[in-house]
Amino acid sequence: MKGSVLKLTMFKKFNWQIWFAFLLALAGAVTYAFVFIDYPALRDFPWTALGFFALALGFLFAGFARAFAVGTRLPGKIAASIVGLLALAVMGLFLFAVLIAARWLPESKNAPQVGQTAPEFSLPDINGKQVSLSELRSAPIKGNPPKGVLLIFYRGYW
Amino acid sequence: MRSIEKNLNSFESVGIRPVAISVDTPEETRDLCQKAGYTFTFLSDQKNDAIRSYDLVHAGAGEGGKDIARPAEFLIDSSGVVKWVNLTENYWVRARPEQILEAAKVLEAE
Repeated sequence: MKGSVLKLTMFKKFNWQIWFAFLLALAGAVTYAFVFIDYPALRDFPWTALGFFALALGFLFAGFARAFAVGTRLPGKIAASIVGLLALAVMGLFLFAVLIAARWLPESKNAPQVGQTAPEFSLPDINGKQVSLSELRSAPIKGNPPKGVLLIFYRGYW
Repeated sequence: MRSIEKNLNSFESVGIRPVAISVDTPEETRDLCQKAGYTFTFLSDQKNDAIRSYDLVHAGAGEGGKDIARPAEFLIDSSGVVKWVNLTENYWVRARPEQILEAAKVLEAE
């Protein structure tokens, strides 16, 4: 009986709001990077993450209000501040990476434009065989002559 | 890439051959294709030759300050003329398959 009363008071003392805010912030970033990235509408703008973050801010506010209420002890205030700041850091870094750093791309002003001839190239495929653009343009697809080639340049995975 | 692979049949049925290009070595690219199950053509541009001639070099953006390609897509017709270009302004925003198939309609008319 005594033990369970103790546990109950411990849970009452535990500032779960601030930890929940941290978990929500983390969940927003992680689900975007690993789940919603496959859905173009949700990838192009991180709506899902913003939803998680809005909830996280609510719990963060509640957690801070609780930690800094009159009569709370200093260790609780410090712990809440650390967890709260971590949650804010996760959200800040995520938004910076997705909304700002992702735009640091070269302008590519001299990239081939519509109506121009695409520069020819010859590069090795995954088996080391040289393949040229003109071959790609003319080799049949499933027995039919190709209508076109879609070049997809990507950063690589190093 | 995943969305390209998923829609590979739709692309091929309108006569479009997707080709992916990066600075990765053929071996690295083969590992990627095996792991991710990509079956279309992947080319390796380790010296940034094609990437440079398409003006897509993102200087120092790779691991250890290596030059790599910025993301971009080009649709080229069978005579070698560029028909559609997508130079994204945000790394996370790439051409969607339906966008590419829409652009491919100009090829149908030829």
